[in-house]
Amino acid sequence: MSEAVALIVLAASLVAAIARPRWAPDWAVAAAGVALLLATGILSLHGARSAVNELGPTVGFLAALLVLADGCRRAGMFDALGAAMALGSRGRPARLLAMVFLVAAVTTAVLSLDATVVLLTPIVFATAARLRVNPRPDVYACSHLANSASLLLPVSNLTNLLAFQATGLSFTRFGGLMLLPWLVALLVEWLVLRRSFADDLRGPARSTRVAERPELPWFALAVVALALVGFGLSALIGIAPAWIAAGGALVLVLRERVPPAEIARAAQPTFLVFVLALGIVVHAASQHGLSSAVADVIPHGTTLPVLLAVAGISAVLANLVNNLPATLIILPVAVSSGTGQVLAMLVGVNIGPNLTYVGSLATLLWRRIAHAHDQETDVGEFTRLGLRTVPLALASSTLALWLALQVL
Amino acid sequence: MRAVVWITEGTWEACVDQAAAFLPPDAEVTLLHVAPSDVEEFAARGPARLLGRHPPPPPPGEPPLRAIADEEAEALLADALARFGRPAQTVPRRGRIEREVVAACAGADLVVLARDGEPRLGPKSLGKHTRFALDHVPCQVLLVWPEPPPGIETIPPPPGHH
Repeated sequence: MSEAVALIVLAASLVAAIARPRWAPDWAVAAAGVALLLATGILSLHGARSAVNELGPTVGFLAALLVLADGCRRAGMFDALGAAMALGSRGRPARLLAMVFLVAAVTTAVLSLDATVVLLTPIVFATAARLRVNPRPDVYACSHLANSASLLLPVSNLTNLLAFQATGLSFTRFGGLMLLPWLVALLVEWLVLRRSFADDLRGPARSTRVAERPELPWFALAVVALALVGFGLSALIGIAPAWIAAGGALVLVLRERVPPAEIARAAQPTFLVFVLALGIVVHAASQHGLSSAVADVIPHGTTLPVLLAVAGISAVLANLVNNLPATLIILPVAVSSGTGQVLAMLVGVNIGPNLTYVGSLATLLWRRIAHAHDQETDVGEFTRLGLRTVPLALASSTLALWLALQVL
Repeated sequence: MRAVVWITEGTWEACVDQAAAFLPPDAEVTLLHVAPSDVEEFAARGPARLLGRHPPPPPPGEPPLRAIADEEAEALLADALARFGRPAQTVPRRGRIEREVVAACAGADLVVLARDGEPRLGPKSLGKHTRFALDHVPCQVLLVWPEPPPGIETIPPPPGHH
């Protein structure tokens, strides 16, 4: 009985997050679910408290990163990146794609996939359009790299942040182990996108407009660079990376004179509540049978076949229910098998969502129902691109991870 | 004679030049540009694809992606009109590129369009939208090479020949 209730609450939270009904915001549904689980005794107060203690630092870290990325936007960093890409491309479509690759990979790794999707992609579209270059390859590259380039650092993706806190790995060790898988994923994406869009990328410069030299926001760039150095040294100096991110965010917010209300909006409090509540709901469901069900499916060990299986299962689950719930569900089981498995899971949940246009099958089905008459979006083309990259990137990045685990 | 000249970012100069060279002076000419609407939609809807996120909307001063695309399409058509140097109507459309081109050719006598694929003889010299338009337009076609046409030696060898 309690298993069923916990799973229904989890399902209701996910449905609310995917369908986004106005009358039932996802964060409110998830929070109400937590209240229901507490009221029925399915979740003990002690259990809830320990889940909050586990997730609290991650949610705080996430808030700091969101404010940091927003501060970068206010400082004009993404506009400057757009101008730099235009200049570096010399107007040629193939060179522009290379620039977009570089910028999207670094933006995702350093400022997270959210920054690439929300802040960088519109700039990339505008940059390509103004260069009279078909924006399709560049926009698709942003969308793909937001996922596959989010392997590198704990701050690159919320999934990594959750795993980072759960494993207790140092920031540098995480990055060290994920460097090779990250590079391999980028290489696969580059080769496939370059080939898939060969027709769009051919040819000389089309625009006669002279590219302007970008005015780089040196202060914001320095803050981000210092934060990165701080993350790297965090284990040595004994300051948690979350505090370093908060420090960076604070400095940028003060420099840009952001009003407090705007800071709060940038931190997306409803998203923070949703992550916390969803984490607690999954925690309750895990205690009531979900964990043992997952443990039956996930093999033990860190041999190459096991890592491949874990990455594959994680990618499938991420495609069924989105990568955030997939991470919360698999993480407790993977942690018990060691670092290798956790990182293989991240390869799966981070690269996997590229398979579908909207990040998961559930979302895709919903959108198909909700926008049945919307014929303008080419879901088929995106899915074909996903089919070409995801299996290859999954397998080769997991192989790279296995190699890194042997060497490092 | 009613003629449509399909203006694209990559090949518009050649199309305009050949239209000016081949079309009779009294032809009623339409310069057509089609913008794909799915790309900007995909870029703009990105945040909605992220589970649970509700990022603040972009600042009010920033033009929406659609406005940027429209502005660029108009600028391109203006450049094409200037290069053509004759009176013509400019028509920006948006939607599925290949379908819009075919629809815009309804009632026309001739369409001018350019090869946009590989620069050698053969079927790969046409991109997929151009291929569709070529196969489906309900009128005569003037098919243009964007650069000087490739030499006869670029023809693919006969099947089975190495």
